[in-house]
Amino acid sequence: MSDHEHHHGESRSGAVSGGSAGDGSRRGFLAKAIALVCGGLATMVPVGAGLWAFLDPLRRSASVAKFLPVAELTAIPDDGVPRQYPVITDRIDAWTGFAAEPVGAVYLRREKGAKVVQALSATCPHAGCFVEMEPTGRCFRCPCHNSIFTLDGGIVAPSPSPRAMDALECRVGKNGEVEVMWQKFRAGVAAKEVQG
Amino acid sequence: MSRDARQTAAAPARKGLVGQLGDFLDDRTGYRALVHEALYERVPGGARWRYVWGSTLVFAFMTQLITGLFLWASYSASAQTAWESVYYIQHEMAGGWLLRGIHHFMAQAMVVLLALHLLQVVIDGAYRAPREVNFWLGLVLMLLVLGMALTGYLLPWDQKGYWATIVATNLAGIVPFAGPSLQQLVIGGSEYGHHTLTRFFALHAGFLPGALILMLVVHLSLFRKHGLHAKQPITKPDAMFWPDQVLKDAVAMLAVMAVVLGVILMPALRAMLAGEAVVPGELGAELGAPADPSLPYAAARPEWYFLFLFQFLKVFEGWGATGEFFGAIVVPGLIMTVMFLMPILGNWRLGHRFNVAFTLAVLAGVGLLTSLALNEDYYALWVDKASLAEAEKLHDQTGGDPEKLAAALDNDTAKVAAMTNQWKKLERVRHSQAFLEASRQAKADAARAIELAGRPEKIPPAGMLELVRHDPKSQGPRLFAQHCASCHAHVDPLTVDAEAVIAKSSAANLYAFGSASWMQGLLDPAQVAGPAYFGNTAHKDGDMVNFVQNDLTDEATWPKADIAAVVAAMAAEAGTSPPKDLVGLVDIVGLVDRGRKLVASDDRCGGCHHFRDNSTALGSAPDLAGWGGREWLVGIITDPTHEQFYGDNNDRMPSFGKAAEGALPPLTREQIGLIADWLRGEWYRAEH
Repeated sequence: MSDHEHHHGESRSGAVSGGSAGDGSRRGFLAKAIALVCGGLATMVPVGAGLWAFLDPLRRSASVAKFLPVAELTAIPDDGVPRQYPVITDRIDAWTGFAAEPVGAVYLRREKGAKVVQALSATCPHAGCFVEMEPTGRCFRCPCHNSIFTLDGGIVAPSPSPRAMDALECRVGKNGEVEVMWQKFRAGVAAKEVQG
Repeated sequence: MSRDARQTAAAPARKGLVGQLGDFLDDRTGYRALVHEALYERVPGGARWRYVWGSTLVFAFMTQLITGLFLWASYSASAQTAWESVYYIQHEMAGGWLLRGIHHFMAQAMVVLLALHLLQVVIDGAYRAPREVNFWLGLVLMLLVLGMALTGYLLPWDQKGYWATIVATNLAGIVPFAGPSLQQLVIGGSEYGHHTLTRFFALHAGFLPGALILMLVVHLSLFRKHGLHAKQPITKPDAMFWPDQVLKDAVAMLAVMAVVLGVILMPALRAMLAGEAVVPGELGAELGAPADPSLPYAAARPEWYFLFLFQFLKVFEGWGATGEFFGAIVVPGLIMTVMFLMPILGNWRLGHRFNVAFTLAVLAGVGLLTSLALNEDYYALWVDKASLAEAEKLHDQTGGDPEKLAAALDNDTAKVAAMTNQWKKLERVRHSQAFLEASRQAKADAARAIELAGRPEKIPPAGMLELVRHDPKSQGPRLFAQHCASCHAHVDPLTVDAEAVIAKSSAANLYAFGSASWMQGLLDPAQVAGPAYFGNTAHKDGDMVNFVQNDLTDEATWPKADIAAVVAAMAAEAGTSPPKDLVGLVDIVGLVDRGRKLVASDDRCGGCHHFRDNSTALGSAPDLAGWGGREWLVGIITDPTHEQFYGDNNDRMPSFGKAAEGALPPLTREQIGLIADWLRGEWYRAEH
C-alpha cells in the first residue's frame, strides 16, 4: 500500500519539500503517526461518550418479581374455565412513575370447589404475543402464529410454541385474595427461564 | 483464469491477506484513488496553522453529529417529556452528562471557530474570484449553524430555553407581511407546546443538519476544485495535505476537544481539590427548571453568542415595533448583505481593505455589545457598593424625586449633578441585583426540580411541571410573598437583616411557626409584645400579651418547668420536634402530657383557650388542639374569623379560603395547603 501512495505522491508533488510527504523519512512517519493519534483521540471522545450513554440500558436490571394481588378467590367462578384478569402494579418507565397501572394479564382457573387457583401468563411462550381464549371457550389460541393450548395451558402438537403456557406461582392469602408471582419468561426456547 | 493461475499471478507481490483484500476492494471501487485524491492535495507554501479553522469546523460538526445522534436515542420531544428525558440523560444515565456536555459546549466552540474561519478567509482575501460562490456557501453554512444553535436551545424545554425561544419567535413575528404566519409555522400553532418541540427538533436534527451536510459537501468540493488559497507571499516550498497539514489540523482538533472537555470537567477538578464530592449530573450543560408559562423568568437571556443582538435591541428601546424590526431584522440583514457582497466589493481598489475593516468593525461591535450586556447584568458584582451608601440613603429619603434632592442638597448644583450621577449608578446596580437575584432563584428552582425528579416515585405521567406546581418548597415562598408577606414576615431572627424586616411587618413573624422555639418566643414576656409576635397588631394590648407579661412572670403560679411543659405540648400539637434543650430528656412523653394538662386546665391556658374536652367554649381565643398542625393552619388561613380561631377578635387577616357566594376565594384549598406545608417545613427531601 505504501508503494502505491508513494508512487502517486511523487508523480504530483514535484516541488514538494523533501521531508514533508516523503514516506520513507522518519519525520514523515512521525508526522503521520501523531496526526493519526491526535485525530483518533479527538474523535474517540464523542464516540466514547455516545457509546457510554447508549449502553446505559445494560446497567439496568429488571424489576424484582413479587406476588401481586389479582382477584378475590370467591370472585373466580369454580367452573374450570380460565378467565382473564389484569395485573396492576406501580411501574417505572425511565423517568416516569406510574401508580397502580395495568402491566399485563393473567388467566386464572379454578376447579369445582377448589381452594387453589391455577394461574397462566397470557404471554405466548413462542414469540410473546397475547394468547386469547377461543370464543368457544374450549382452548387458548395465540393470534400471531396459531399456537393452541389446552385450558390448563398444555401444548397441543404440532405447535409453533416450544413449550406449554407459562404457569405462574399463585397463592391464596388469609383474606381470600389471590396473589400471583408476576414474572416474565424468555420466549422462543423450550425451557422456562425467567427473563432479566 | 484458473485458480492456480490466479494464485501465481498474485504471488510476485507477496501480499498478505489485508493487501489482497485491499486489491479486491480497489478493483471494484477504486477507493485508493479516492483516498489519494483526498489526502494528496497540494498546499502551496507549506502547511500553516492559519489553515486549520475549516478542518476544526468540520470536526466540530462531526462531533455534533455523533453526540447528537446518541442524544437523539434518549430524547423525547413533547412538552411533557422533553425536560424529563433531558433530566434522565443528564442525571440518571451513565455518561449522559458527558455526552450532553460535549454537545452543548462544542456548539459554542463551533460559533467561535466560525468567527475565526470567517476572519481568516476575509483577511487572506480568500473570497476573491474564482472562490466567490464558495464564500457565499460559507456564509449560508454560518447561518445554518446559528439556526441549529437557536433551535437546539429550546429542546430541553427548561425555563431559559423556553423564554429565549418566545423572544426569538416573537421577533420573527415582526417581519412585515409574512411575520405572523412565519411565527405560527415555526411554533406549530398559536401556542407553544408539543408541536413547537417536534418542529424545533425536526429543524435541529433533520432539516438544518441535512441542508448543512449538502452545502458542506459542495463547500468542500469547491474548496478542492480551487485549491487552497495560500497566504501571500509564498516563501516556503509546497507541502502535501497529508501528513503535514493534516498533522496541524489534527492537533487543532484535539486542542478544541481538550478545551471542551476542560470546560466540562473543570468544576469536577475544583470540587476534588476542595475535597468535595463530585456529582456527575452537575457537570456539563445546565438544565433549568421545567418551562412554566405562568412563572415570571427575569433571568431570561439568550445564549452568550446571541447576547450582542439582545443588547443591540436595547439601543432601539422606545421605538416600539419599528425599533425591534430595525434592530433585529434590518441591521443584521444589512450586515449580512454587505458580507455577501464582499467578493464583488473586493474587486474595487480599496475593496479588500474595506472588507477587512468592515468584518473587524462588526466583530468589534459584537464584542462591545456583548460586554455591555454582561456589564449591565453583572455590574453589582464589581461596583464598589459602599461608595453608593449615601446615594442610596438619599434616594430612599427623597423617593428619587429630583426636586426633593435639590432641596436636600441646598440647591448646590454641583452636588446635585454629582448625586444624580450616583443615582444613575445606583439604578444600574439595582437593575443588576435584580438580574442576579433572578439568576439565583432560577438556579434554586432548577436544583429543586432536579431533586424532586429524583424521588423514588419518579416523575408523574403528567410531567415535571405538575410535580413542581404541587411542591410546597417551590410554591410556598411564592404564595407567601404574594398573599401573606404584605403583613407577615418570614425570616430567621438570627440572620443579618432580620430585625429590620420584622420591624416593618404588621403581623407575626411566621418563620418556624409551630416549632418549640416559636412558642418559646411567644411565651417570653420580652418578645410577646415585640414586632415578631403581637407588637404590630391589635392584640398588642390584648389579653394574651397581658397574660404573658403579668401571669407568666409569676414563678409561684408558673414555674419555668411548667412553661417548658406547655412549650413541649404545643410543639407536640404541631407535630414538630420537641424543644432543642429538651431533646434527650428521658421523660419527654411525660412532659408533653403534663403540658397538655396545663393547656387544658381552666386556671391556666384553658381559662381562655378551648383545648380538646376542656369546658371553655370556642370563640374567646384560638382553639389550641392541633395548634400549628396542617389542619389547624389550613383552617386559620381559610377563615381566621371562624370561632375556632380569632372569631370577632380577628385583626385584619383576610379569610383566604372564604368568599361571598358565587365569587372565588383569593386562594384555593390546595394553595392554602401548600402554604401550610411550607410553613411547617413539610416537603420532599432527597436522602443523601
